[in-house]
Amino acid sequence: MMTAVRITLTVNGTRHDDDVEPRLLLVHYLRETRGLTGTNVGCDTTSCGACTVLLDGESVKSCTVLAVQADGGEVTTIEGLASGDAMHPVQEAFREHHGLQCGYCTPGMVMAAVSFLAEHPDPSEDEVRHGLEGNLCRCTGYHNIVKAVMAAAKTPAAPRA
Amino acid sequence: MSILGNRVVRKEDPKFLTVGGTYVDDIELEGAAYVTYVRSTMAHARITSIDVEEARKAPGVVAVYTGADLDLEPFPPTMPMFNAAMTRPWLATEVVRFVGDPVVAIVTEERYQGPDAAELVFVEYEPLPAVVDPEQSEGSDVLLFPEAGTNVVVELAFGRSDDLFDGCEVVVRQRIVNQRVAPCPLEVRAAAARWDDGRLTHWASSQTAHGTRDAICQRLGLEPDQVRVIAPDVGGGFGAKVGGYPEELLVPWLARALGRPVRWVETRSESMVGLGHGRAQIQLVEIGGKRDGKVEAYRVTVLQDAGAYPQFGAMLPYMTRLMTTGVYAIPKAECNSKSVLTNTTPTVAYRGAGRPEAAAAVERAMDLFAAELGMDPAEVRRVNLIRADQFPFTTPVDTVYDTGDYERALDLVLDAAGYSDLRAEQARRRQAGDVRQLGIGLSVYVEITAGPFPGEKEWGAVEVRADGTALVRTGTSPHGQGHHTAWAMIVSDALGIALDDVEVVHGDTDVVPTGTGTFGSRSLQLGGMAVHRAAEDVIEQARQLAAELLEANPDDIVVDKVGGRLHVAGTPAVSKSWAELAGAAAANDGGGLAAEVLFESTMPTFPFGAHVAVVDVDTETGRVELTRFVAVDDAGRILNPLLAEGQRHGGIAQGVAQALLEEVRYDPDGNPVTSNLADYAFISAAELPSFELVPMETPTPANPLGAKGIGESGSIGSTPAVQNAVVDALSHLGIRHVDMPASPERVWRAIQDATATR
Repeated sequence: MMTAVRITLTVNGTRHDDDVEPRLLLVHYLRETRGLTGTNVGCDTTSCGACTVLLDGESVKSCTVLAVQADGGEVTTIEGLASGDAMHPVQEAFREHHGLQCGYCTPGMVMAAVSFLAEHPDPSEDEVRHGLEGNLCRCTGYHNIVKAVMAAAKTPAAPRA
Repeated sequence: MSILGNRVVRKEDPKFLTVGGTYVDDIELEGAAYVTYVRSTMAHARITSIDVEEARKAPGVVAVYTGADLDLEPFPPTMPMFNAAMTRPWLATEVVRFVGDPVVAIVTEERYQGPDAAELVFVEYEPLPAVVDPEQSEGSDVLLFPEAGTNVVVELAFGRSDDLFDGCEVVVRQRIVNQRVAPCPLEVRAAAARWDDGRLTHWASSQTAHGTRDAICQRLGLEPDQVRVIAPDVGGGFGAKVGGYPEELLVPWLARALGRPVRWVETRSESMVGLGHGRAQIQLVEIGGKRDGKVEAYRVTVLQDAGAYPQFGAMLPYMTRLMTTGVYAIPKAECNSKSVLTNTTPTVAYRGAGRPEAAAAVERAMDLFAAELGMDPAEVRRVNLIRADQFPFTTPVDTVYDTGDYERALDLVLDAAGYSDLRAEQARRRQAGDVRQLGIGLSVYVEITAGPFPGEKEWGAVEVRADGTALVRTGTSPHGQGHHTAWAMIVSDALGIALDDVEVVHGDTDVVPTGTGTFGSRSLQLGGMAVHRAAEDVIEQARQLAAELLEANPDDIVVDKVGGRLHVAGTPAVSKSWAELAGAAAANDGGGLAAEVLFESTMPTFPFGAHVAVVDVDTETGRVELTRFVAVDDAGRILNPLLAEGQRHGGIAQGVAQALLEEVRYDPDGNPVTSNLADYAFISAAELPSFELVPMETPTPANPLGAKGIGESGSIGSTPAVQNAVVDALSHLGIRHVDMPASPERVWRAIQDATATR
C-alpha cells in the first residue's frame, strides 16, 4: 500500500477520520471503508451514474472522485436520505411509480434526482430527461423514473437534499 | 374482490430505495481474496509465451494461474448439434480467439492490487489473421478451430424450394443486418466462493441459480449436495446471465486451490467484451405476392454470427425460424440458417433471443412489399393478418399459435396513434419541403414464450407457517421482474393472507431444491403457476383440516379471503384462522400446511401486439428523434399492470436503442471499438419519449391464469417499428431500407445517395 493519507469526511451526518490510499476512489471508500454498499459501480468511464452520491449537497459520480479530494466534505449516500422510517419524497415517488426494477442504478438515480430537483424545483419532462442523462438504467426505459421525478417535484416536502 | 389485476406497488422496493440491494459484490466475505483476469488484447493469435514471474512478485499477489496450471477439461460446445471440436478453454494456452479471451488469473489480497499485477504479466502473441466479418467466415482459409475443419458451428437446413416465388406478381429482396448489440445489465458479472468442510457456497449474479449450480458440478466434478449457489439481488441479466461463464466458474476452483474465499467482479470494460453479445444476424429476406397486397411466399435466410466459441447465440436462428411468418397468414415460407464463428465475443441470448430478429425481418419485408406496391403499410398488414377465428393457427414452419386477435391490436394502435392525422402531417411536411420530415413506423408482432417445446417446467412451494404467515419458495430467479410482489399476490389472492405476510424466497439452491430460472418471459406462466397450484393444494389441505376441526363436510368449508380464515359456509362466526390450521396441521402429522408443485406447461404461448413509432428525421444532418411511441401488447391476462407496464417500457427502450443507437463494432483486425460505456451508445433518458401504452388482454388456455409472457414483447415490437419509421420518413426520396442503428451518419448517407441519384 502506498503512503496513507489522513482524511476527514462527514458521511450521512457522522464524522469519520480515516487513513486511505491516495488513489482510493470515493466509491470504494464508501463501500469498503464505510461499509455503505448501497452505492454501486456500473462502469469505469463516468458514464452510468450508478455511483452518484451528494458531496456538499451536489451530485457527484463517486467513481471519479478520489476519497482524498472529498477530504473535509459532507457526503450523503442513499443510506442517509430517509429520515428514520420516513422515506424522502423522491424515494417514495420511485416506489409509487415503479421507477426501479433490478435496483442497481436506483441509489445513484435517486441521488441524482434529489440533486436535480434541488436545482430545478418545477422541471418540465424534457428537463428531467436531460437532467438525468448521465444516469443509465437498463430496466425501466426511464418512463417511470421520469414519472417519479415529476411527481416528486410536485410533493410539498421536496426538494430536500 | 381479487387482488389480481391490480396495480400493486412492489414489496421489494423499500430495501432497494433506502440501503440498496445486496448484489454479489456487496456480500461480506471474511478473508476473501480478489480475482483479476488478464485478457487477450488480440482477436486471433498464437500464444508463444506467458511470463508471470514479475506479477507473482507484485505487492499483495497470492497466486497467479495460467491455463497450464489448471486440471480442468475444456468446455464442450453447449449444444449437441454444434461442431464438437469447438471447445472453449478456461484460460487460453495456445490460441486466443477474441479480444477479451481470458489468459491469466491473478489472485490478490486487495482489490486494487489485481490490476497492478496484471500490468506485469507479459504475454507474447504471434498474430493470426482474424475472421471478423461473418460473411467471410465460411470458406475462409482461417479456421478458428483447424481440427473442426470448418468455421460453421451448425446449419439449420429445412429445405429450399427453387419455385417458392413462382406465380408471384411482385417479389422484393433485401439484405438486412440485425446488428450485434451488448446486453449491458447495470451490474456486470460477479462471483464469490467459499468452501466450508468440503462444501461450496457460491454467490452468482445469475438468472438461473440452479443452472449455475449444475454447471459448477459438471465442470468441477462435484455432486449437487456439495454445492450451494445463491443468486442474491441481481442487477439485470437480459438473457446474458444464463448458465455460467469460465471466469465465473473458475472462482470456486481458485477458492478450493487456495483454501480461502475468493471473489471476482469484472470491470465494465471487461464486461463489454466478456459478457455475451446479442442479435448479430445477417438476413436475406425475400417476399412475394399479388399486386392487391396479398403475400404468397416469404423466405428468410439467416447468417448467425456465433462469435469465437459457440454458445446459445449459435442457436438463435432456431428461435427466429419458429416465428418466421410473424402475424401473417402466408401460404408458403422458408427459413434456413448457418451459424458461423468469428474472432469476436461469443453471442448469447439477449431480450427476445431470436424472436426480435424474426419480427425485424418480416416487418421490414412487409414495408418493402408495401412500398413496391405503393400501398399503405397498415393496409398491406391488414390484408395478410391471421384472423381471430383462425386460432389455434399452424404456420408454414409448423409453429402452432395459441390465441390472438392481431387485427384488433392493429386497430387499437392505429387509433391511439391517430394514424390518419399522422399521415396528413407527413404529407404536409413533404409538400412544404420541411427539413424535419415525419416518419411513421408500424410493426405487428407475435412471439413465443414458455417454449419452444411443450412441457416446460418450474417449481414452486407454498407453506403456511404457525404464525399464519406464508412462505413461498420459487424456482424462478428474478432480477428486477418483481416476483416477490407477483407471487405474493397469487398466494394472497388464494389464501386471503395479507400481502405483507407472504414471504417469497428464490435463488438459493439449499432452500429451493430445484428450479429453472428466469429468462424467455417464462416466469409467471410457469413459476407463477407452480405457486398458484401449490396455494390451491394448501387450500385443499386446510379445508379438510378445518372440516375435521369444525365437524363439517369439507365441501362446505369456504375461505374468507378478507378475514384470512376458513369457516362453514353461512356461519362465518365459527371459523379457524390460518395460524390455527397451521398449528393443527403440525400437531397432526408434523408436516404443516405445505405443498410443492412442479408445474408443467402443455404448450408455449404467443404474446402479440402492434406498435407505432413516430420519428422526426432532420434531412440535413440525418439525426433521428423518436417523438412518440404507441404500443399495444397483449400478454393474456395481466396479474399486475404496474409490473407488466414496467416490462413493456424496458423492452421498448432496448428495442429503440437497437434501432437508433446501439451497435457493438470491431475494426477490421477484430479490435472492439465500443468496449466501454463512453463509446457504446447505451440509450439514455434524453433519447426517449414517454411511451403511450394501450391495454389489451386475450387470455390463453395454456395455464389457469390465462397469462402469457411479457418480458420481451417490448423489444420485439419496437425495434422494427422504429426502423420502419426512419425509412418511412425518407420513402419519398426513394429510400427503401436503412440498416440499424439508424445513426445520423447512416441516415445522412442514405439521403445523400438517394438525392445524388435522382
